[in-house]
Amino acid sequence: MAEEILFHVKDCALVSISTGVKAYILTELLDHLKQVEIGCLYYHFWARQLRPSFDHPEFHNDFAAWVHRELHDWVLAERLNLIAPHEFHNLEELREELINVLEERFDESGDLPWRKAEKPFYFVKSQIVVIDTGRRLNHPRQLLEVVPSLSQGSIFYHFIDARRRTPERIDDFRAWLSAFSPEYDDLSARLAAIDPYFLTLTEIRNQLAVVFEDYFGENHE
Amino acid sequence: MNEELLKRYEAIVGQDVIDQLCQMAARLKDARVLHVNSTRYGGGVAEILRSMVPLMEALGLSVRWEVISGDDSFFQVTKSFHNALQGFPIEFTEKAIKTYEENNRTEFEKLEKFLQEADFVFIHDPQPAFLIKFMPERKNRWIWRCHIDLSRPYRPVWRYLRNVVVDYDASIFSMPDFTQPLPHPQYIIPPSIDPLTEKNMELPPEEIKSVYDRFGLDPAKPIVLQVSRFDRFKDPVGVIRAALLAMKFLPFQLVYAGGGAADDPEGEIVYQEVLTAAKDHPDIHILYLPPDAHRTINALQRAAHVVLQKSLKEGFGLTVTEAMWKFKPVIGGDTGGIRLQVVNHHTGFLVHTPEGAALRIRYLLFYQDKCYEMGQKAHQFVKENFLITRHVRDYLSLMLAFISGNGERIELETL
Repeated sequence: MAEEILFHVKDCALVSISTGVKAYILTELLDHLKQVEIGCLYYHFWARQLRPSFDHPEFHNDFAAWVHRELHDWVLAERLNLIAPHEFHNLEELREELINVLEERFDESGDLPWRKAEKPFYFVKSQIVVIDTGRRLNHPRQLLEVVPSLSQGSIFYHFIDARRRTPERIDDFRAWLSAFSPEYDDLSARLAAIDPYFLTLTEIRNQLAVVFEDYFGENHE
Repeated sequence: MNEELLKRYEAIVGQDVIDQLCQMAARLKDARVLHVNSTRYGGGVAEILRSMVPLMEALGLSVRWEVISGDDSFFQVTKSFHNALQGFPIEFTEKAIKTYEENNRTEFEKLEKFLQEADFVFIHDPQPAFLIKFMPERKNRWIWRCHIDLSRPYRPVWRYLRNVVVDYDASIFSMPDFTQPLPHPQYIIPPSIDPLTEKNMELPPEEIKSVYDRFGLDPAKPIVLQVSRFDRFKDPVGVIRAALLAMKFLPFQLVYAGGGAADDPEGEIVYQEVLTAAKDHPDIHILYLPPDAHRTINALQRAAHVVLQKSLKEGFGLTVTEAMWKFKPVIGGDTGGIRLQVVNHHTGFLVHTPEGAALRIRYLLFYQDKCYEMGQKAHQFVKENFLITRHVRDYLSLMLAFISGNGERIELETL
């Protein structure tokens, strides 16, 4: 019965679109945040691993990185960095949280809201093109063979973007394995230990491959 | 499909990358794509198109590349537009506008058939931008690809050109920093290098070593290299000053490999300034290379230990990308696209002064293991982000987004 539940392998690519909106100071950033298209939040929180930019392991979203690099406010940068986008039900809730963190910091500090950055924050939004590759998996063991050959777009879609899509806010692999529960609960636990925020997409793929190799190498069926 | 070309790219970027391109291209199989620019040889745009067009064709798209022609007066006008869009005030006359528009009209008559047949028309830079004005009833998509930094344009010229490019369905810029407010979507697509070209391909070790003899370099001393035109914005005198400061602490040789451009009368003046600054120092080598010395540049970049790009103003900085592809950490000026590529302590160092550059030269030559590690990281960063395969993927994504609607998320079913 369980073998009939199929995993649809998908791929995706991202297109970045400038909104023309930029901020030099935090009050500007806050004002724009309240109004910018919600797609900007997806871009600055989720999509950074899929676009041509250095994947800075210290910062998990563009707001934290900008505050750290341009305004040198460690407190705010650390708080922004801790915002985990998958913990919110939708991007509007995420926007709300971001605004709260900024306003709280404004209350604590004197000149920070007006400290001017040398380089502005550019609000960018994205379009994501999702492609059904037509590949279907009917048994978890197939992940062992398929994952090492997945594109970065596929890894992003199934391991990162999924945390926004799935009801449980988890990656697609674990969501699929849960249909076979409890047989693959141990494998799911190992996948849950991979923290995508500290890794590039290539590193995530490598770690996933190791987890599947180890697991199925231990003669699990 | 040209399987052989795809196999050559696959050997470098991996099967997953090529598979993804094939998946995307399959959904654009019948799409006709037309690129129009103003030169087939020389310059970054032609270089990119020379790689992009065959790769798109290999993926099964129907691609044409047309080049507009013009006389000296047209190219003088467009050169002045180019300078003005980068911020230099120019004399902007009615005569210049007439020359520009009339030339575009003549070229439109030659290209009309192709411009009408194509599903996607990519017009590169301002030279052919006015073509759109002769096709008000078009049904296809026109996209203006601006390779120039428009962040601080000379306003009279930009006001004129803006009235032209607003007619396009979209524009493409290399970075958000380079954009101007426009009433259509402005896509952000950074440029790229091609790992298969003479400038970037692998070279035999003996060819790399040959640069020592050819240019009278000392094999016992490490090479610090900057490859740039003799242009004040590349700060060649600052590069020499940085080298002289660092040479007080450790031995190395500086190679500044540049050239001039026929349309750049300042090049010769700057070259003389550079020679004066170098003062015949035995460890400073100023090379004046012809514009087609791609293989020589490749060999020099591979022979170098550290690469500089100490620009004061820069577009994207593809020389940085080229050096990083060759496993070199880069000491770069904190400007333009260099900032997108050079990340302190990871792929190189951003600097603001000759003193800063001198310090980082010393650091990288002293800590050889760190220099090696950063070079590895730089190569990987380029491999994942700034090769022609990623560039083509972005174009395919843009076209798919266009034909599928403007939603934030476009889902394409299996074929």
